[in-house]
Amino acid sequence: MNFDYTEEQRLLAESVQRFVARDYGFDVRKRIVAGAAGMSDEVWRAFADLGLLGLPLPTQTGGFGGGAADMMCVMEAIGEALVVEPYLPTVGLGARLVARAGDDVQRAAILPAVGEGRMKLALAFTEAGSRYDLGRVATRAARTGDGYVIDGEKRIVVGGPMADRIAVTVRTSGEEGDPQGVSVMLVDPRAAGVTMTPCRTLDGLRACDLRLVGVRVDAGARLGPEGGALAALEEVVDFATALVCAEAVGAIRYANDATLEYLKTRKQFGMPIGAFQALQHRMVDMVISYEQARSMACLACTRVDVERDALERRRVVSAAKIKIADACRHVSQESVQLHGGMGMTEELKVSHTFRRLTTIAQQFGDADHHLARYAAG
Amino acid sequence: MDLNYSAEEIAFRDMVREWLRANLPAGLREKGGAYDHFTRDELLEWHRILARQGWIAPAWPAEWGGTGWNPVQRYLFEEECGYAGAPALMPFGLAMCGPVLIKFGTDAQKARFLPRIYRGDDFWCQGYSEPGSGSDLASLKTRAVRDGGDYIVNGQKTWTTLAHFADWIFCLVRTGSADEKKQEGISFLLVDMKAPGITVRPLMLMDGGHEVNEVFFDDVRVPVENRVHDEGKGWVVAKYLLSHERLNTARIGTSRRELDRLREFAARQPKDGGWLIDDPRFRDRLTRLEVELMALSITNLRFLDQLRGGRAPGAEVSMLKIRGTEIQQMLTELMMQAAGPLAQSVAALGDAPDFDLFTASLAPRYCNFRKTSIYAGSNEIQRNIIAKMSLGL
Repeated sequence: MNFDYTEEQRLLAESVQRFVARDYGFDVRKRIVAGAAGMSDEVWRAFADLGLLGLPLPTQTGGFGGGAADMMCVMEAIGEALVVEPYLPTVGLGARLVARAGDDVQRAAILPAVGEGRMKLALAFTEAGSRYDLGRVATRAARTGDGYVIDGEKRIVVGGPMADRIAVTVRTSGEEGDPQGVSVMLVDPRAAGVTMTPCRTLDGLRACDLRLVGVRVDAGARLGPEGGALAALEEVVDFATALVCAEAVGAIRYANDATLEYLKTRKQFGMPIGAFQALQHRMVDMVISYEQARSMACLACTRVDVERDALERRRVVSAAKIKIADACRHVSQESVQLHGGMGMTEELKVSHTFRRLTTIAQQFGDADHHLARYAAG
Repeated sequence: MDLNYSAEEIAFRDMVREWLRANLPAGLREKGGAYDHFTRDELLEWHRILARQGWIAPAWPAEWGGTGWNPVQRYLFEEECGYAGAPALMPFGLAMCGPVLIKFGTDAQKARFLPRIYRGDDFWCQGYSEPGSGSDLASLKTRAVRDGGDYIVNGQKTWTTLAHFADWIFCLVRTGSADEKKQEGISFLLVDMKAPGITVRPLMLMDGGHEVNEVFFDDVRVPVENRVHDEGKGWVVAKYLLSHERLNTARIGTSRRELDRLREFAARQPKDGGWLIDDPRFRDRLTRLEVELMALSITNLRFLDQLRGGRAPGAEVSMLKIRGTEIQQMLTELMMQAAGPLAQSVAALGDAPDFDLFTASLAPRYCNFRKTSIYAGSNEIQRNIIAKMSLGL
C-alpha cells in the first residue's frame, strides 16, 4: 500500500500548481469566462508545453502513456483554480476514446495533434431523452455507399463550441435503449448539415446543442466497431468520471480553505465567528467530507487504470461518484452558508466554486444514477 | 382536537380563491411561473390591484385600511395568493415600515406615509445590514449627527434588497456616543432615496441577478421629523420590526405550488424509456419533501391557533423560518436534479429562438435560493433565538 505520488507525479503536480497559481488567478479566469471564446489559447499552449495534453495518451502517438492516477494532481489543480479550458472533453473523453477505439489511421491523425495543442475534441453523448444513460441513443446513422448519413440532436456538448472534431454517439441499428447498435462517429462541426447552438453552463464553461440533418461522413469517421461502441464508451466515461472526482477534490479543498479563513477573520459579536462551536462543528464536517471524497477519488483513479473487469470498474466508479456527489453538495452548500451573504456574490470565488461543485455532482450521473448502477451490480 | 377548517374558514378561502382566479393578471402569473424576475412596475401592479380591493394590508388597524381578518384568515389569504402564483408582495413598506409607523409613528408621520404605502405610491427598502454588521446587527456604524433641524448621515448599508427600485429607505443609524452599550444610541430614520449624497451600487449574485445593493450615505441630510420613535430608541423599533419580518416566512402556499410543479415537471422528464416520476429513488425524495411540507403546514396552523387565542408569537416563528426555507431550497434542488444533464445549460450564446429558457432557469434558481437560509436572520441566528428564548440555554 502506498498513497504517495511517485517522483514523476510529484514533479508534475508541482509544475501544474505553479502554473495555475501564477497564470490562472481568479481575475484571469474571470476575463477568460467573459471573453468571446470562453477559453484562452495561451493557457492551452501552456498545457501543451507542460505535457498535460498528451499525458494519458499512448506513447506510440507522442503521448506519455499515463493513467488517471497520473492525472489526479492535474485535475485537482484544475478544480482548485476552476479552469474552464476544455481539458476534460478533449483529453479525458475525446482523445481517450480515439486511443481506446480508434484505428491506427485515426490515432495518427488525431492524437499527436491533441498532444501538441493543435486539436480540440468533445464527446456528444447526451440527448433530450437520454438522461445519464450512454446506451440511450436516438440519433441515427444510416449506411450509404462507403459512409453514413447522420440525423438527430445532441444536447449540452461540453467543449463543443471550441472543438475541431466532435465524437458523436449514434445508433446504427436497434431501438433507442438497446445496448447493441451504438456507434461513434467523428464529426467535423463545420460539416454541411450541422447546426450548433452554443450555450454557457452554470459553471462558466462553454457547451452546445447540435442538430444533425443529413450529415454525411465517410467510413473512416467511425470510431470502433459498428454497433459495438458502448463498451469503449462506458470505459472512457468511467475514466472521465474518475477524473472529475479528482477535480472535485481540488474544488472542495478550495471551498474549505476559503471557509476556514473566513471563520477565522470575519468578526461578529466581538469575536471571530469561528469561535462559535456551532460553526466549528460544521467546518469539521466539511473537512471529513473532503477526506472521504479524497479517498474515493484515489480509489477510482487508481482502479480505472488497471481494472479489466468492466463490472468491477463500474462499481468502483459509481461508489466514488456517489460519495463525490454527496461531498460536492455538502461542502458547496455549507461554504456559501458559512460565508453568509458574501458567499452569494459573483465577487467571491467561493460562489464560483459552488457552481462548479453543483455541476460536478450531476456530471456523468448524479448520486441517484450511480446508486442505481452500483445496486444493479 | 379538530384539524379541519371551520365552514366559515372554508367559505372565506373559497371566496379568496375565486377572487384570485378573476383578478390575478395572467401575465404576472406566467412570468412568476417562468421563474423570471419582476420589474418595479410589475411588483407595483399587483400591489395596486390588492390595494383597490382593500386587501393589501390585512394586518393593519381598520382606520388605516386593515381588513379585520384574524390570523387564520390572514394565513389562508397568503396561502391562496402563493398557491395561485401571485407575485410575492415586497414586505418593506407593508410588513415592516407600516407596522412600525402604526406602533411608534407620530400622527403626522402616519398621515404622510401610511396611505402612500397602502396605495403603492412609494417603493420602500430596508437599511439594516452593514458590511461589518450582519448577524450582529447592533454593532452597526452608520452615523447620524444632529445639525439644526436635520441629521447628517454618513455610512454604508449592504444587502439592500431592491434599493435600485426604492423611493424611500428606513435605516438604523447610530446617534449616540461610542461608549454606550451597542444596542443603545441607535435611531430609526426614514430617508428619501433621492436625497443628495446617496449612492446605490449593485451587488451581483451568483445566479446573475440584481436584487441586492450597497447603499452609501455621504453627508445625507435627513429632517429630524423623519425619525421614528425617540432618539436612541431605534433598537426597540428594530426588534419590533424583526418580529414582524419573521411572521410570514413559512411560505406554505408557494411551496405547495412548487411541489405540484415539480411533480408535473418530473412526469415530463424521460428516464430509462419511461418517466422520472416513476423512478423509485426520485419518488422517495419527492415524498419526503411532501411529508415535510405537510408537517410544517400543520405546525404552522398550530402556531396560528395559539396566536388566535391571544398568545404573542415567540420563538415558533424561527422554527417556521428554518423549516420553511429548507423546504424552499429542497424544491429548487430537486427541480434542478429532475432536469438531469439538461440543467447544466444556463444561457444561449447568440441567436437561439428554440432555447429552453425554463430548464435553463432551474440551476440559477437553485443557486439563488441559497440566500433564503441566510437572509432575514440566518438560520443559525434563528436557532440561537430558539435556544435562548424557548429553551433557556
